[in-house]
Amino acid sequence: MNILWYLAVTVVCAPLLGAITVGLLNKKLSRSLAHWITCSLMLVCFGASSSILVGFLIGKFNTVDIDLYVWGNTSNLSIAVGFLLDRLSALMIAIVSFVSLVVHVYSIGYMHDDPGYQRFFCYISLFTFGMLMLVMANNFAQLFFGWEAVGLMSYLLIGFWYKKEAANFASLKAFLINRIGDMGFVLGIAAVLYYFNSLHFKTVFAQISTLVATNPMLAITNTVQWPAISFICICLFIGAMAKSAQIPLHVWLPDSMEGPTPISALIHAATMVTAGIFMVARMSPLYEYSETALTLMLIIGSLTCLFMAILAIVQTDIKRIIAYSTLSQLGYMVVALGASAYAAGIFHLVTHACFKALLFLGAGAAILAVHHDQNIFKMGNLHKYMPITAVTMLIGNLALLGFPGTSGFYSKDLIIASVRNSSLTFSTIAYYIILFTVLITTFYAARLMLVAFRTQERMAEDVREHLHEPRKVIWVPLIILAIPSLFLGMIMITSILNQFFGDAIFVLPAHDTVAMFKTQDFHGWFSMWLHGFVSLPFVCILMGMCLAWLCYEKYPALPGIIQNDAKLMTRILLAKFGFDDFNEKIIMPATRKLGNYCWQIGDVLCIDGIMVNGTANSVGRVAGVLKHAQTGYLYHYIFIIVAGLLALLVWTMFL
Amino acid sequence: MTAQLNILSLIIWTPVLAGLMFLLLARHVTLSNKLRYAPLLISLLSVAYITFAFYNFTLNTAQMQLQEHIMWMPTLGIEYALGVDGFAILLTALTIFMTLLVILAAFTHVKREQFLTYCASFLIMQGLMCGVFLATDAILFYVFFEAMMIPMFLIIGIWGAENRIYATFKFMLYTLFGSLFFLIALLYLHKVATSNGLIGTESFAIASFQNLTLDLATQKWLFWAILIAFAVKIPMWPVHTWLPDAHTEAPTGGSMILAAITLKIGGYGMLRFLLPIVPAGCAFFANTIIILSLVAIAYISLITLVQQDLKKLVAYSSIAHMGFVTLGLFVACKVITVNNGPQIAVTGIDGAVLQMLAHGFISGAMFLCVGILYVRMHTRAINQYGGVVNTMPLYASFLMLFALANVGMPGTIGFVGEFFVILATFKAGFWYALIASSSLVLGVAYTLWMYKRVVFGEVVNHAVTALSDLSINEKIACALLAAAVILFGVWPNPLLNVMRGSSQQLAMQLSK
Amino acid sequence: MQNYIIFSTLLFAIGIAGLFINRKNIIILLMCLEIILLAVNTNFIIFAKAWGDIAGQAIVFFVMTVAAAESAIGLALVVLIFRDKHSISVDQLNQLNG
Repeated sequence: MNILWYLAVTVVCAPLLGAITVGLLNKKLSRSLAHWITCSLMLVCFGASSSILVGFLIGKFNTVDIDLYVWGNTSNLSIAVGFLLDRLSALMIAIVSFVSLVVHVYSIGYMHDDPGYQRFFCYISLFTFGMLMLVMANNFAQLFFGWEAVGLMSYLLIGFWYKKEAANFASLKAFLINRIGDMGFVLGIAAVLYYFNSLHFKTVFAQISTLVATNPMLAITNTVQWPAISFICICLFIGAMAKSAQIPLHVWLPDSMEGPTPISALIHAATMVTAGIFMVARMSPLYEYSETALTLMLIIGSLTCLFMAILAIVQTDIKRIIAYSTLSQLGYMVVALGASAYAAGIFHLVTHACFKALLFLGAGAAILAVHHDQNIFKMGNLHKYMPITAVTMLIGNLALLGFPGTSGFYSKDLIIASVRNSSLTFSTIAYYIILFTVLITTFYAARLMLVAFRTQERMAEDVREHLHEPRKVIWVPLIILAIPSLFLGMIMITSILNQFFGDAIFVLPAHDTVAMFKTQDFHGWFSMWLHGFVSLPFVCILMGMCLAWLCYEKYPALPGIIQNDAKLMTRILLAKFGFDDFNEKIIMPATRKLGNYCWQIGDVLCIDGIMVNGTANSVGRVAGVLKHAQTGYLYHYIFIIVAGLLALLVWTMFL
Repeated sequence: MTAQLNILSLIIWTPVLAGLMFLLLARHVTLSNKLRYAPLLISLLSVAYITFAFYNFTLNTAQMQLQEHIMWMPTLGIEYALGVDGFAILLTALTIFMTLLVILAAFTHVKREQFLTYCASFLIMQGLMCGVFLATDAILFYVFFEAMMIPMFLIIGIWGAENRIYATFKFMLYTLFGSLFFLIALLYLHKVATSNGLIGTESFAIASFQNLTLDLATQKWLFWAILIAFAVKIPMWPVHTWLPDAHTEAPTGGSMILAAITLKIGGYGMLRFLLPIVPAGCAFFANTIIILSLVAIAYISLITLVQQDLKKLVAYSSIAHMGFVTLGLFVACKVITVNNGPQIAVTGIDGAVLQMLAHGFISGAMFLCVGILYVRMHTRAINQYGGVVNTMPLYASFLMLFALANVGMPGTIGFVGEFFVILATFKAGFWYALIASSSLVLGVAYTLWMYKRVVFGEVVNHAVTALSDLSINEKIACALLAAAVILFGVWPNPLLNVMRGSSQQLAMQLSK
Repeated sequence: MQNYIIFSTLLFAIGIAGLFINRKNIIILLMCLEIILLAVNTNFIIFAKAWGDIAGQAIVFFVMTVAAAESAIGLALVVLIFRDKHSISVDQLNQLNG
């Protein structure tokens, strides 16, 4: 029981304690007390987690794997609640608690007038607890607990304004889609238990080489057999697809913007959606042996990356634009995982958490300023009234598109370089796709900035009169987030390339695309910065910026003309490639219809109608026929008695 | 020392006798008003008994404990024999706990003049159901198994809703139909036991039935004879249609006990009779039963999705959840022979029993919550509700917790059993596990969609506006359930420890 | 001997025929029953005489006692039925009709 152990328990318990206190007392607690309790406990949590990270960085702590208590014990399977702390989880808890703390503080301002103030703080603390349990898990069951806990909190928070029909719909949709992924995840866990007889990470990873040597096959049908390891990896990845919103399970994320903006920042940008990325990185010893799964990730990731970026172009809701950009960035991370560049994926996860939280919180500030109107075409020239928000938003957007020097540049460039180095079949196509996406990313980011923060003022007159910089609790978090969005990349890139994660991430030497980048192209963060200005991505950035400037500043009529000329394309884009329509017009009614058939035909008609009541009715019917023998006339009865007697007599005498 | 205290007999007969006494006294209006808190006291006394039984319970053994033997019909070898093992004590505790909640809820849910008779029926019911779990003699088991039906028949018939007569007769005929075959099986087993030289009290002891060696052909027909009795109780598809009717028409307490305990008797019967007595028959038909269970899970979930009646929805979801119980048990039968089988079988059995307990708590809680709405609004139609959270926030929180448990959210007890069963099922086949895990999605769809329609949104009508939040007795009942649901979800190991000896023994009996 | 048996058989047949044919009057039904019993009694006496066994004659007394009780109850029922229906017609007494 060393100090690391106590720190770990503090990290997990502080937000839980805050959530329980505020949750149970709820309205009995004054508003200020509610946020003081949760924010100070979050501060404790952040302090503990950052000291864990620092401890790992200065080499004071080593990887620990301790069980807290035995959760369940059945036959030879023992499932414990415990913590695995290594450099991967240390980095994750630090970033999660950091973003969460900032969002807690921001919410004091953003949720100021909301009637569900205490409930909100309870939820976000509980969410943080779930996310921390997820990243610190040392076994699959606990991972699944955290996995579901964040999904649940996301459900509750999207539906936070429970009077809004759209919010209720979106929350249920999010939860359902997440559960579809969980189906795959549970099957993956079951397969892990089947082949490794354990759910503990350490035990499972230790047996992988034996499993790879025997390479067992799982019979899907009589003729089709899959390598067990690929099966496990793909099942787990299906879970990650739902949680990290990859095509085709991405549909919940844009809708989740119905929740309060701090939630969009915390859950649907910085933390929960990255759970899938984290999980795959954590499972890197498994994924390394399945090129099928890696290729699948490359394909899914690059498709998500490109198509979701394209959708961001046609959105007018500021939060939805950022939501689609999240989808696209998650695509980058998945592509990185597919190229075995787990370190690059996690690196992008961390930088993305900072700049995406910044973007959402900045968008929230803008939304507050224009009285809860989210349409960017009803904003315009906001930088005149709220310069801090505008500047921080600009920083966030530059990081998003990967402008050389920003944190997003380092992580995204690393991903692009790693994919170029990858030798998987699909990697070349993926490389060009993600390169092209940089152009589109730049275009929609520039569009957002130009339309909302520059050009002419389109908001209503009474709104404009009240435009001003938001309260301090709102803009201070923006600045706190802007700093790492700018500088985190420079600080981290060298150590990321120098085996930052140690043995937490396992890469086969043949797949090690990050190491290839390091040996071939890397000469320190500064030269990487300079080199950024002469690389292909920068060309894409410039082209994207020019295009956006042409469309939205120089010739504002241009987008309208294009829309008129390319009607079909516009319709497809506005319909978001039809995923939602497919779900809502085909899957949902079909399921309900199937349910109705099962009920009306299966249960009511066949089982109840024919079998159960049918039996009862046929008894009744037979009795209805037989009852006519019962005439009620004495002489009939006597006749039958005598006839019977005679018959018996004859029978006994003659037979 | 403990044997002299006869704690098990006390558990059975105290509530039965007290209940009969209350029935006699219920006519005196003044007296029955004075006795208002007496049923609660009896129920608390039962809680004390079961606590005492737990205190004297030895872990890690499959032996029957705290045994009692009294000769009942010496010439036939029928004995009044009681005992507990890991399965029985957990289910007995569940029975006592749920009855306590029913009585608590009754304080505001039942008319004052009917209160005593209502509670008395449930106390009698409680004692008889405990008798089912505690009997170690087959005939004694059968007597309790049938006797238990009488109070339930009356509870539905007297306090039920509009269509109660149809429902109660359907329920009664269904179960009687099943148990007839069971009686025949018992008599046959008795005959075999006697011809094997087991005489006297051994000829009807369940333990001696379990030690018989029967050939496969006999096991096959015995399997169906025993199965049908418990399949109706659990209920398995396609003999489930009594359940939606009975649950819908029963009063709140009746639905709670039906779902929480009566269904468990089906599962318990399988643990006690079907699996250990005819293991080869079970293994032979395992695939069939697994498929029926999967039908129950997937098909019933789809039906649940389209229900418009709150109680029917919860009732159908009960069938789907009980599908996991039969699935776990018969997966255990199927995998027992393969490599590593006994361990997986134990996981399956543990999962099934945990699912039984979990479903006890959760369905009880769900029916309680539906009942709380019903006494206020007198309608079960989902479309009459909407925006309940605005007027009953505390209720909405509790219902959310129970709904989440119903969908098997980790951290609640609903997760544990399902998780273990799915883990075990994967061993039996990939497709089985895939269909079983579909309940993850469908469960969310029907439970939370119902929740969305009833609780969320704007207030839809004046009746909802007039709703009052939980009364004190309802608060206590909900809080007790919530505590159980969370505690055993976060830490199910105590339950697993209690049942360990018994489930390992059962796995051994399966592999013999 | 033979004649006596033929006599009692005829008596029995008359009684049975009366039960079958009669649809009007319950009193006639009761009388037919008495005739049947009379036939039985005659048989008892004949065979007691034939076998020289006095028990047969003794049983006749029992039968007569029972017959008396039976007709008493029967007549009481008739009175009750008449009070209820204002008729003693057999055709109207078919409430057991299924």
